[in-house]
Amino acid sequence: MGAQQRIYRQKSRSVQSMKKITRAMELIATSRVTKARERVVQTTPYARAITRAVSAVATFSDVDHPLTLERENPSKAGVLVITSDRGLAGAYSANVLKRYEALRELLQDEGREVIPYLSGRKAEGYFRFRQRHVEESWSGYTDAPTYEVAKEIGERLTADFIKGAEDGGVDEIHIIYTQFVNMVTQEVQVVRLLPLEVVDAEERASEEELFPLYEFEPNGPEVLDALLPQYVTSRIYNALLQAAASELAARQRAMKSATDNADELLKTYTRLANQARQAEITQEISEIVGGASALADAK
Amino acid sequence: MSALEVELVAADRMVWQGEASFVRARSIDGELGILPGHSPLLGVLVEGAVTIDTGGSKQSVTIDSGFLSVDHNRVTIVAAQVDASGLTA
Repeated sequence: MGAQQRIYRQKSRSVQSMKKITRAMELIATSRVTKARERVVQTTPYARAITRAVSAVATFSDVDHPLTLERENPSKAGVLVITSDRGLAGAYSANVLKRYEALRELLQDEGREVIPYLSGRKAEGYFRFRQRHVEESWSGYTDAPTYEVAKEIGERLTADFIKGAEDGGVDEIHIIYTQFVNMVTQEVQVVRLLPLEVVDAEERASEEELFPLYEFEPNGPEVLDALLPQYVTSRIYNALLQAAASELAARQRAMKSATDNADELLKTYTRLANQARQAEITQEISEIVGGASALADAK
Repeated sequence: MSALEVELVAADRMVWQGEASFVRARSIDGELGILPGHSPLLGVLVEGAVTIDTGGSKQSVTIDSGFLSVDHNRVTIVAAQVDASGLTA
């Protein structure tokens, strides 16, 4: 077999084995994304209940809770960047990081120092490579985040927020995550987590009915004290779950196009190999014919 | 007054949903019992058992901190984590 032909065969074999890998990853992502979406849906009752309760307390007691208070002249802004642990998910993590850079510029223009908090190894790698300071990072769970992780992140962020910029904390906290819209669309979102804006517009529109006159046990402020941290955690949990579903959907798409691309390559290499074989045969024939006629001439 | 509509919600799922005649939980101030017709209430719960009496049978679960809201015979018990091993139906 000619050298040219052998090279094409080799390439085509390596593409074939890569195709097997990307196909397997696509199937895995497809099966996991369904579960991840279910998990988002399953947390909705909790999110709704807690939002409702917080809005009820906020309506009836004069809220002056430290977590809802806007600070004058905020000087430091914490940003929680939610990316994936692993790559091969197309531009999923890159999009989040790009958005982070944009937000950082915006906040710096407004005179705020940006303090990064990271979730996911991809973000950690990005910051380490650029040797930037990272306040805190969490990783190792991104395709199936647990409530405990959200709680840990929530407690840390809340503590830093309460400390305030002067004591080494922050004055506000933003989250950058990818919202799962559907299997083909995932949007990078930036939301401000703290200070809290409790009643979101969506909730208000759907709940025209008035809240009943609640009795609070033990009393309004204390109920709020207990509720708000849980509310923060539930927001973070929701963001993590949305991000997980988005990550898997992005990976599925990336792996699908990699598999399709491998198919294309295989076709090209097969044609090239066939061409090389044909060229070899033609050459051999012309060599034989040439040799025969040379022998005939020599007689 | 008819029965209570009870929803028991954990952070990651809906644990239990159904009708009940009596709900007992532990709030910061002590034991809290809810019967049909209870006035609207929003209370903070501490770690402990929540018992839901469905008339015939009793459902009992253990929760960590959470809260409970009652309004027009609708009881929502919300907790970050619920140990539902004692649940029978």
